[in-house]
Amino acid sequence: MKIAVLHIGLLALLFALQFVLPAYHHGNLARIMVLASYAVGYNVLFGYTGLLSLGHALFFAAGMYGMALTIDHLGWSPAPALIAGLVAGLIVSAALGVLALRTAGVAFMIVTLMFAQAGYLTILYFAEWTHGDEGFVIQQAQRVLWGIDLSDPSNRYFAALALFSVSLLVCLWLVRRPFGRTLVAIRENEERTAMLGYDTFAHKLGAVVISGMISAAAGASYGLLFGYAGATFASVQYSIFPLLWVLLGGAGTVLGPFIGTLFMFYLIDLSSGITTAYMLIAGVVLVALTLFAPQGLAGEVRRRIWSWLP
Amino acid sequence: MSLLSARGLSKSFAGLQAVRNVDFDLPQGEVRALIGPNGAGKTTLVGMICGRIAPTVGTVHFDGRDITRLPAHRRIRLGMAYTFQITAIFAGLDVAENVALAARRRLTGDAVASAVEAALARVGLAGHAGQEAGDLSYGHQRLLEIAMGLVQEPRLLILDEPTQGLAEAEITAFKALIRDLAGNTTVLLIEHNMSVVMETAHRVSVLNFGEMLAEGTPDEIRGNADVQAAYLGTG
Ligand SMILES: Nc1ncnc2c1ncn2[C@@H]1O[C@H](COP(=O)(O)OP(=O)(O)OP(=O)(O)O)[C@@H](O)[C@H]1O
Ligand SMILES: [Mg+2]
Repeated sequence: MKIAVLHIGLLALLFALQFVLPAYHHGNLARIMVLASYAVGYNVLFGYTGLLSLGHALFFAAGMYGMALTIDHLGWSPAPALIAGLVAGLIVSAALGVLALRTAGVAFMIVTLMFAQAGYLTILYFAEWTHGDEGFVIQQAQRVLWGIDLSDPSNRYFAALALFSVSLLVCLWLVRRPFGRTLVAIRENEERTAMLGYDTFAHKLGAVVISGMISAAAGASYGLLFGYAGATFASVQYSIFPLLWVLLGGAGTVLGPFIGTLFMFYLIDLSSGITTAYMLIAGVVLVALTLFAPQGLAGEVRRRIWSWLP
Repeated sequence: MSLLSARGLSKSFAGLQAVRNVDFDLPQGEVRALIGPNGAGKTTLVGMICGRIAPTVGTVHFDGRDITRLPAHRRIRLGMAYTFQITAIFAGLDVAENVALAARRRLTGDAVASAVEAALARVGLAGHAGQEAGDLSYGHQRLLEIAMGLVQEPRLLILDEPTQGLAEAEITAFKALIRDLAGNTTVLLIEHNMSVVMETAHRVSVLNFGEMLAEGTPDEIRGNADVQAAYLGTG
């Protein structure tokens, strides 16, 4: 009950904010909600299953390009293009999962990093179709979903909120299901989990695919809502971001990814207003948080006050 | 009929022969103790039975089926349960969730909670359900391991030194628990505590330097000169 109130409450608050926020923050929050959905996807694998991937940009980009290329080259409308993005995420994450899950620990980090790098280089290599580094713009006329113009700020905000709501509720549902509990058990002690009769490989593969598909949904939505697809989104940077957001907000908490994304977005936004050395400020705050709130913001709240936080 | 039957099991670790050519049969419903000096290969032998350790050579049959090539989780699903010698609970999760993870393999919904409650009560941890497992005392962690085994209602329950670190009263309760299981559940019990062996086991197998040295009733084993020699180190 408390859990439902808290999470539905957050979504209701985000809904209400649409009507009161000034344009600048309104635009930011739309972006944050899409990126937070990406972080929610990352958290399924990292926070709940205990698998540290350094290659999630591959899934984000798979969704983004699956959507954008079908619009650009095949002239698809947004709805089927979004589905194409999801299917791309499904295929890529299943393939990567089958291969990378033969390894564990540091080797898993390296293998995922390598695959994502290969994906990034593939986008650059096929520049004829992908426009490589420069990327390409998705025109306003191509971004009308069921008669709703997604380039309009309000519509964009609601679309971002819809994506975030689905991601958050899927994550919340998942981690309270036996499947999600088993993922946590794998994180805590994989051998023990196998010796209770669970197929840990199948569970981890399931986690990679769910995580990859939420990430791909975020990538596809990002391209569609902000009208651009580019190779930057497949670069290492975009694999590190969700890790940072999740660590900051609290790995293995449902709300952590949103809190972390929000916090880091405004940390960089505010500090870049003060000095050009804003990365320094951001860095210091990050180090301080790691030292004083090692479980992330939501993780500390759970540890100190609300032990029921999922 | 044998529920479990192993033939010619051997395991070497980088030249060290931990288990050599062991044949082992366990009839349905029996409580069997597996004893032997430290390093005799007991944990390695049951590891090959439950699938944690791949044998170098040999075969394992369970309920008439060749399971030698089955991965551990598939063997567990056939009705084996294994409790670790070195406590391997989920330290960061609460006690009830530890047992629930074991229960959810065969139960769903509300049945899980009542099975968890029953298993915890059976090992005397009823009051600890909400506690974080890592905060339990060592002896209580051992009892939690046992509860995780019991709640699976296995056909074959393999316990690796379950009474290590238990208090006297807890050991007495453990003996009663095993006697209670006897007949329904087949139990393979690795045990150093001789009073537990003598009072609970139908038969005893003795492993020494990786080889099966003797097998018999507790009384036969107690009187066996080879076994005495192995334990006193004069063999
Ligand atoms: N993974 C391993 N790698 C190398 N050697 C091992 C390994 N596991 C066990 N051994 C060795 O195999 C032998 C048998 O070990 P095992 O743990 O099976 O004995 P045990 O009878 O269970 O002993 P204890 O009563 O101390 O638990 C020992 O000499 C041990 O050092
Ligand atoms: Mg042992």
